[in-house]
Amino acid sequence: MAEKEKFTIVVFSGDLDKAMAAFVMATTAASMGMEVIMFFTFWGLNIIRRNEGSIKSKGLMRKMLNILNRGGSSRLKLSKFNMLGLGTWMMKKLMRETNTPSIDEFIVMAQEMGIKMVPCSTSCGVLGLPDDSFRSGIMSQAGAAYFLGQARASKVTLFI
Amino acid sequence: MKADQTLDCVGLYCPMPIVKTAQQIKTMKVGEILEVSADDKGIKLDMPAWCEATGNECMGMEEQGGEIKIYIKKVKA
Repeated sequence: MAEKEKFTIVVFSGDLDKAMAAFVMATTAASMGMEVIMFFTFWGLNIIRRNEGSIKSKGLMRKMLNILNRGGSSRLKLSKFNMLGLGTWMMKKLMRETNTPSIDEFIVMAQEMGIKMVPCSTSCGVLGLPDDSFRSGIMSQAGAAYFLGQARASKVTLFI
Repeated sequence: MKADQTLDCVGLYCPMPIVKTAQQIKTMKVGEILEVSADDKGIKLDMPAWCEATGNECMGMEEQGGEIKIYIKKVKA
């Protein structure tokens, strides 16, 4: 069998709406028979962080950052019209009403489809996120060269 | 058109009809026909694109009162 076409995507943003766009593209590409790699960096790491429990990061500044920036698929906010959470609450309600999967459901679906989700090692280092900050099934951390190696061999590459 | 299997995607938006079609086609035999019903207009362009990418055959479409029926023949194993 011919090698599968590749689809790679950099998920830089940690907003609910942008995460949704990334997962719609990723799950569709996987359904089209493509091999999908999602590379999560900076705020995007919040999407794949555990929803429960705290993380142990080194240094006062990182500890403070990770108290303010909790992360987890259930804590994502809209990039516009968050309105102290009201806008996000309404959007989640609209998504449920239109049978659109939540980000959590999208992540589970993506994992079932064999989509690879890779955290950026530099961002993890800077933000103080050890491997156990992430939910189960997330790949080990990698750097820009890994991503570019995959992107070079890809038919389609996106940055969200 | 006579279909071997049906898939109801009414009320679902992109990407779910495509995701579910891909899942169901996987369980079918080569030559069998799947009837997908949906009401997300995007499917009219999405499904032919999916068929082209996966090597399956989009055999036709019917639209009745907002509901779209698409027939897909499984070509590749």
